[in-house]
Amino acid sequence: MKTFKGRVVSKGNVSAPALVSHEGLNTLASFQKALQFGDKKATCGDQNNKDLYGKQMAGKALCLPRTIGSTTGGLVLYCAASMHRQPACMLFSEPIDSLAAAGAILADVWLRDVTMPVIDSLGEAFLAYVKDDMKITIKEDGTVEVE
Amino acid sequence: MKLTEEQQAILDGSQGETLAKVMETMVRYGELFGADSMEKITGNYNHLVTSFGLKALKPVYDLLDQLIEAGVVSKQKFSADPRPMDKNVPSNFIQNFVFNNFMYTRQNEYEEQLRKLGLMDRDAFTRTCYMDEVGNTPKKGEVLSWSESSAVVYANSVLGARCNRNSGIIDVMGSIVGYVPRFGFLTDEGRKAKWIVEIRTSKKPEAQLLGSAVGMKVMEDVPYIVGLDKWLDGKLDDNAKTYLKDFGAATASNGAVGLYHVEGITPEAVEQGRALIGEGAKTYVIDDAELQRVYDSYPVIWKNKDARPKLCFMGCPHMSLEQLKSWTGKLENGLKESGNAKVLVSTVFTASPGVIKEFRKTDYAARLEKTGVILSYICPLMYMNNPLSEKMPVITSSNKLRTYTSARYYTDDEILNQLTKGE
Repeated sequence: MKTFKGRVVSKGNVSAPALVSHEGLNTLASFQKALQFGDKKATCGDQNNKDLYGKQMAGKALCLPRTIGSTTGGLVLYCAASMHRQPACMLFSEPIDSLAAAGAILADVWLRDVTMPVIDSLGEAFLAYVKDDMKITIKEDGTVEVE
Repeated sequence: MKLTEEQQAILDGSQGETLAKVMETMVRYGELFGADSMEKITGNYNHLVTSFGLKALKPVYDLLDQLIEAGVVSKQKFSADPRPMDKNVPSNFIQNFVFNNFMYTRQNEYEEQLRKLGLMDRDAFTRTCYMDEVGNTPKKGEVLSWSESSAVVYANSVLGARCNRNSGIIDVMGSIVGYVPRFGFLTDEGRKAKWIVEIRTSKKPEAQLLGSAVGMKVMEDVPYIVGLDKWLDGKLDDNAKTYLKDFGAATASNGAVGLYHVEGITPEAVEQGRALIGEGAKTYVIDDAELQRVYDSYPVIWKNKDARPKLCFMGCPHMSLEQLKSWTGKLENGLKESGNAKVLVSTVFTASPGVIKEFRKTDYAARLEKTGVILSYICPLMYMNNPLSEKMPVITSSNKLRTYTSARYYTDDEILNQLTKGE
């Protein structure tokens, strides 16, 4: 087991299997079809993301460097959370970008019955170490355990 | 973050719970990026990225309803991205069924919501809101709460306004409280370049290709571009503005650029020159070979890579009046040379309703119609962003459209050949 420490964007305790993207997550391209066509597993629809395409994102500990793409990104994440199709948590190796930050904060402030803990600045070593389906446990202080 | 008494009172609920939550959202957003204060929005108008009544975005419409019902709306009017549908754009029965019954089922309802929230006018739908024909043109130094990456990068770079790359909803909430957190492009330090990009091409580089190369290299950093001014005749005229519109949209979509400086052209570069280059800036040289390398790197995700194009979209972001006129001339000449009467691929030119209105006042409008090109205000991205359209072999010279959809990129000259000569 390895432990990493990052900055808490939205706090929470959760344990979930890892889903890893080494490229930036294009939020709109990844979630749009799932939200549009009632896919509760939130299967990633971004053909350009070799790591995630076709994989279930809902309920996973989504490990990624950053999000990229359209400035709808934040509101798409908010919608995913509102429809209970969000990742169990989002773990960024880099400092969070303004679009993902918006999604995380909007979900935290405006949705009462939904949690999507977010931690950023976990470092390149985190993304190099974590692999799909490893068990991730995160704590409110920004500690991330990977086993 | 240091708040004024007024801002703190709003956060503490002096003007109701809903406005307090809006302020909390903006403050937390700023704190994540080290904002030291909230800065007053000084631009006349806002711009929103969400223009589509997409069924999947129901939670957004519910949230906006919550704001409207609580009377928490902005006094600032706004423009929004293009409408997603236009009956003039070719689509088959199944596409129409999907657009109307599965995707954009909330379009009318959402446009009504936008009117309540303060849409500038019923046709204020375009990514190129900053064009004179639309009228949402911020002045240098004005502080904005805009979203839409291509509009933000244009406002920052070409107009010298100050705006971060905000997400949808954050755009509305900033406008409601009247302040945005002071960080990133709102600060002098955040506007310094981390890259020097040297243009050493043998001819004027294709705007969309150059922007793609720059975006993919610098990602979210600010580039200071040297050697481009000679290809723009050393001045920021209408042609240069059109070039920079397309260049900037490609930097923002192929990377995440929110601001660039072009030596001798963009306002801050003209005023401050190389003082805008930050310490330790890296250098990226772009020559003909580098542009070719970038072009060759684009994946073709058509099922049949040799398929004959079924549709061509030009104008993402929307075309300028100058582009519509010059393309009309180019098509006429191309068709005359090839002996064809009309374009050989079904083609849609997109522009803002304001630009289309002005274009229709000129004799170019009838001439363009004669070539067979359809003129529309639609958003090509919204047309393409579904499984049915994705399967179509669509061509474009928009690098933004290429990035987000299955559309295949060609240079302007290549597009012209395909449309007029079929090669």
